[in-house]
Amino acid sequence: MPEISIKAEPIFKLLGFKLTNSIFTAFIVLFIFLFLAIKYKNNIESKKKSSFFYVFNMIIKSIYALFYSVLKEKTYYFFPILGSFFLFILFQNWFGLLPGVGSITIHHVPLFRGANADLNTTLMLGLLTVILIQFFGIKFLGFNEYIKKFINISNPINFAVGFLEIISELSRILSFSFRLFGNIFAGEVLLTIVAFLIPILASFPFLLLEVFVGLIQALVFSMLSAVFINLAITKHH
Amino acid sequence: MSTDAAKLIATALSIAIGAIGPGLGIGIIGGKAVEALGRNPEAESAIRTTMILAIAFAEAVAIYALVVSLIIKFT
Repeated sequence: MPEISIKAEPIFKLLGFKLTNSIFTAFIVLFIFLFLAIKYKNNIESKKKSSFFYVFNMIIKSIYALFYSVLKEKTYYFFPILGSFFLFILFQNWFGLLPGVGSITIHHVPLFRGANADLNTTLMLGLLTVILIQFFGIKFLGFNEYIKKFINISNPINFAVGFLEIISELSRILSFSFRLFGNIFAGEVLLTIVAFLIPILASFPFLLLEVFVGLIQALVFSMLSAVFINLAITKHH
Repeated sequence: MSTDAAKLIATALSIAIGAIGPGLGIGIIGGKAVEALGRNPEAESAIRTTMILAIAFAEAVAIYALVVSLIIKFT
């Protein structure tokens, strides 16, 4: 049986901090992301646009149309954060499928590991999203109006409902992070086991499945954030 | 029963029982989506998007069970 570790392993130490393989991969993807963003930005300003610009523009436009179906005219305001979530998660998921991820090792520890196959990354994303939802709720409705959803002493039923709202808000962190982590980690385990059982060709359909799952999970994560933000910024009666 | 045997049984049971609900759920979602498609064929893209989102939610429940069983297995 191949060795499978449920947590990211440290590959080297930097100033007393253990640098794990998943954060190493995350930084590589982050630099690719940054490079693409800068290239796109330069292309917007220049007169003669490259074909890269048009392809990237088409992708971003279709993502925008997707969020427009949820957020309507407020999409313009929220698109930077939601679009970044989508592209960041998508790139992380797909980078984890490249050959060499998990198979190149130093001192018996894989050098690369898909960033979303580490619970820390997805927990960070989930925490960030839930905090942002509260932030936008307060910003759009005002502090007093928004807090009424959680603490409402007008009657006992509303008080109990407010208590449930707090719990559902907290459980969102868990469901956000575990959904993404579970899907990506399970995909990695599946690919490892299939490659171990049948070394040639059998991995191919599963690899295609994982490409699809990576896209769907990025979509689900960002769409859910959009839906929750939309819930938080609309007035309750 | 030894600890290892208990661990293996727990791993298998957690994913086996955990997969029942989502399996039923995905079946119902797919069936209803086909029904909706039969009634309203021009809304295909909207139905497909909603169906995939709903399936992802149903599948997430199975994934929680899978995470639990993987944690039992590999720690």
